[in-house]
Amino acid sequence: MTDQAYNFAYLDEQTKRMIRRAILKGLAIPGYQVPFASREMPMPYGWGTGGVQVSAAVLTPEDTFKVIDQGADDTTNAVSIRSFFERTAGVRTTTATCEASVIQTRHRIPEEPLTENQILVYQVPIPEPLRFLEPRESETRKMHSLEEYGLMHVKLYEDIARHGHIATSYAYPVKVEGRYVMDPSPIPKFDNPKLGDMHAVQLFGAGREQRIYALPPYTQVVSLDFEDHPFEASKADHSCGLCGATDSYLDEVITDDQGGRMFVCSDTDYCEGRRAAGFVGDMSADNPAAAMMAAQPTLEIQT
Amino acid sequence: MQAQTLSGGFDRPPVQSAHAFRAVMDAMARPGRISRISGAQPPAPLSIAAGSVLLTLCDTDTPVYLAGDTDTDDVRAWLAFHTGAPLTGPSHATFAVGGWSSLMPLSAYAIGTSEYPDRSATLLVECTELSASGARLTGPGIQSEAALSLPDVQSFQDNSALFPLGLDFIFTCGGHLAALPRSTKVS
Repeated sequence: MTDQAYNFAYLDEQTKRMIRRAILKGLAIPGYQVPFASREMPMPYGWGTGGVQVSAAVLTPEDTFKVIDQGADDTTNAVSIRSFFERTAGVRTTTATCEASVIQTRHRIPEEPLTENQILVYQVPIPEPLRFLEPRESETRKMHSLEEYGLMHVKLYEDIARHGHIATSYAYPVKVEGRYVMDPSPIPKFDNPKLGDMHAVQLFGAGREQRIYALPPYTQVVSLDFEDHPFEASKADHSCGLCGATDSYLDEVITDDQGGRMFVCSDTDYCEGRRAAGFVGDMSADNPAAAMMAAQPTLEIQT
Repeated sequence: MQAQTLSGGFDRPPVQSAHAFRAVMDAMARPGRISRISGAQPPAPLSIAAGSVLLTLCDTDTPVYLAGDTDTDDVRAWLAFHTGAPLTGPSHATFAVGGWSSLMPLSAYAIGTSEYPDRSATLLVECTELSASGARLTGPGIQSEAALSLPDVQSFQDNSALFPLGLDFIFTCGGHLAALPRSTKVS
């Protein structure tokens, strides 16, 4: 079968209409999870089937598509979804945040602020923020309808009682427009403040759980906290080893079995952009001091 | 069967409906913003915008209510041929289309339930003019405030007071549309 044998963007038109109606209701009720009839996709659950279906419903042939997986453009998930839409929709793809009109993301928001002409599509594993506290869908649905979110505050309080601070570091629950408590997908809480200030439309798709929800631009999004334990967008207390950025979210990378490690930007496009602009981190090969360290044969030191 | 019934649909449905949906989504995500939409050539009195929205969003799963003078044989046949959407009264409609006064009363439409607020109607309001002036809009999707020529103010204030329940509106005029979801505050 040739690639042209598929409908534009893989899904059939009736499926896209159903997803599009769900997206519109999601935008009209920010933070509310709209049920939709999620389809089997040619990839396993957990690989972004929800995000892929939402992307397929919003893409036009003129779009430029970018996919990131925990900030990176070059990981398996990102590469395979990008080539999926290259083949089935014929869209142009890119790794540059500023060139993309639709960005599908797994667990990060790009460092570079998005514009009004962009759409951010999140892949969501568990859309229900209350699911680990209350396993029954019939109950969580009732809790949302009654705005009964006390259980979530108890969970955050137990964090404080046990650890002395709110230890939840990703998928940090937010309240949207003072009404619905929403799971922002497993983005680090470092990214939470970006949810509300966003100029772009944000769409969330959970394929296995069959839910779509959305945040229109400039929607009020508040991370849950307590007066004496205010929300804090935390990150590793380092600078990027490659580009020296101090304001970006960092991944810790183990470099050897001697306890060596480095911190690098999780957003690869942001990091590459900074390095191209001449920024150099402590451990970059372009940094003379770091290059000398790297040149020393470590085996000899051991013997 | 009239030849007009068979024509006036999307001739490239996947691409044209994708473009039309982006126009609708842009309008719904940014209340008050007026977008261009095209693709359909529906029979009178439907506007190009209303026809394009119906072709983009309606199918056999979505009962449609044709209000007032939109309920003609031509429109019925065109909608049946191109979408297969069943026709119904206001209380069971997922989409309703017509002039503002013919859509009344708003209490006839489904506003969703507290557990499923998405099970509510979307009203396509055919307007004689659409401009960024008049009622003041604030809420999600609007940076500070927006303005839109609304046919009424009180009805939309009452509707947004129902949030998270309520109706969502798409205003159509010629080849343009704007939207007003229930989340928008009108003054």
